[in-house]
Amino acid sequence: MPRMDRLLFGDNQFFGINHMSEEKARAQAMRFQHADAIMDVLDVAYDEGIRTFMCTTHDRIAEVADRIRANPARYGDFQFYPCMPYAHKYANAVTEHGMVGALRHFMPSDGLLSTALAGGKALATKEVDGIARVLIDMEMKMFQGTKTPVVFVQNVFTDLLLGMGFTRAFRIFHDHIIEKYGAEPAYITMNLPMLLDAVEKEGIERPIVCANINKIGFRMSGGFDAYLDALKSGRVRAVAMSVYASGAIPADEAIHWISELPGVESIVFGASSAGNIRGTKSLVEKYMGATA
Amino acid sequence: MNDKIRIAVVGLGKMGLSHFAMVNAHPQVDTVACDGAGFMVDVLSRNITAPVHRDYNAMLKTERLDAVLIATPSRLHAPMVTAALERDLHVFCEKPFCLDWADSERLTQMAAGKERVAQVGYHYRYVGAFREMKRIVDSGALGRITHVIAEAYGPVVLRPKRGTWRTRKEEGGGCLYDYAAHPLNLLNWFFGVPSLVSGSVLTPVFSDGIDDQVMATLSWNDGPTAQLSVNWSDESHRKMTTRVTMIGTNGRIFADRQECQVYLRKSDPALPSYDAGWTVKYTTELTEDPWFYLRGEEYSAQLNDFVTAVAAGKGKAIENDFASATQTDRTMAMVIENSETGAPVGSPPMAKQTIPARKRSWFARGA
Repeated sequence: MPRMDRLLFGDNQFFGINHMSEEKARAQAMRFQHADAIMDVLDVAYDEGIRTFMCTTHDRIAEVADRIRANPARYGDFQFYPCMPYAHKYANAVTEHGMVGALRHFMPSDGLLSTALAGGKALATKEVDGIARVLIDMEMKMFQGTKTPVVFVQNVFTDLLLGMGFTRAFRIFHDHIIEKYGAEPAYITMNLPMLLDAVEKEGIERPIVCANINKIGFRMSGGFDAYLDALKSGRVRAVAMSVYASGAIPADEAIHWISELPGVESIVFGASSAGNIRGTKSLVEKYMGATA
Repeated sequence: MNDKIRIAVVGLGKMGLSHFAMVNAHPQVDTVACDGAGFMVDVLSRNITAPVHRDYNAMLKTERLDAVLIATPSRLHAPMVTAALERDLHVFCEKPFCLDWADSERLTQMAAGKERVAQVGYHYRYVGAFREMKRIVDSGALGRITHVIAEAYGPVVLRPKRGTWRTRKEEGGGCLYDYAAHPLNLLNWFFGVPSLVSGSVLTPVFSDGIDDQVMATLSWNDGPTAQLSVNWSDESHRKMTTRVTMIGTNGRIFADRQECQVYLRKSDPALPSYDAGWTVKYTTELTEDPWFYLRGEEYSAQLNDFVTAVAAGKGKAIENDFASATQTDRTMAMVIENSETGAPVGSPPMAKQTIPARKRSWFARGA
């Protein structure tokens, strides 16, 4: 099982997601409305040796994937960690088309499964699994011909399934990602301790899990101590996000603290300026060794 | 151990599924699900351990329940809440509460008479920045608040299309019930029911027959005048954005889901943590982590209050009780009436005005 890179580049900043300010979020949405602006930042990160882009399956990411594919000489080591699905795409579709309508909206219209859904009758378990696999494939389409060694379920979706107790879905995802894509299945969650128990019950061991991990316990649901226990137990390969807790922790202190935690294999961070990218990179090198 | 409370989540649509996940993950709760039929019920009944019922009334008869959470289309709220209260159950109901506020009043009294925890899902009252706004308004530190703007925008209806219940007015669809209810509920929290509603405009943009945008002017006796501006056909927002701005004689305040910005001309002893000038507080610092996070602390927090109130036998809701949601239903009825007749609804703060009695009148209900 290959180790993930120490430092992964995230995409929140590109899609107007800012946990502190809607104004900043909008300024970012304006700046990054064209793929050119996103590529400029990705190029800086890539040239700094940060070669993994962990990103949602947002439409604009398809354009980024096109550019990576088009220039193999420039982006030979570039890899994506797709995170699916882009939740708002589904949420808005559910409001617009209803639950079944939304599912059909995202499935090939000529497929047998779409027809089965339209029929409105009870679906066999096999068919439900089939629908899940088709939806995964639709999300993966944009990455065809690029490297996607790790594939995540986005946190709203992970946590919805986790809360409902529909943990079998994790197993379907797990098996399909391994079998069809030869990739490592992974999960983003805001509830790491609870998720870990749930996936283990599905027979999934030492999963890659991305969660908020930061010195002040910001959005670490289930409790700070439970997170530290999980990390120390060796049961999880963690990707730490929100390590700066939206700017509440000074960068040096934040990375130093993370570097001493067992179980954290990678850090994912978002930045829009070369200065911030280099800053985080040099801190990770200082405390954790090489970034790739 | 069986001191857990047992809650049925009714309606497994967009809100219902998310409520079900949060309630089901709550350590103090045993959860039951209920939905008429269809794909979701089908899939869930074979994949989760919680029992899934298909008939609400049959479930009420057979299940031992402490509470129900109603997340069905809005027109079903009144009959379903009535049935639950008749069985002495505690009730959490999604917003808007009832489409006819006479039902809202009746159910408010019924729940109070039975000392049930009766709460409505206006989650913005659980957003740290808006809670801070409420604290500051109540402190009086802004002086006399005269000027308010309440807004909500988001990308729900962006093209003409086939409808769901959310796009049918008689079922509680439309931008007023779905979106504008939130900023109006916040205004009710701060100032109560407006004395006068005028200038209401409920218009379609892409929809056929329902409102995609809402504008209105609301005023309160001895209080501010507020302008409401809501549009759910605005693609520039990634998701729903709600914000409230107020200007008072001693300063200004702005809040949205993320932050609360305050400007005070002079500091005020009633608000010791704020100096003169600007102070910004972020929801992230105003919020505690919930037991389970799905889509924002506020959603978890409102359910936690409900569960806590039921488990502690409090006999009433901690926040968002039926009476408070009834205020919002009344306010929305005023907006609808004003938009239909063009005549201001309510009594003007200063000048006297005669409002002709008419069917569905706001006065006819004895408000």
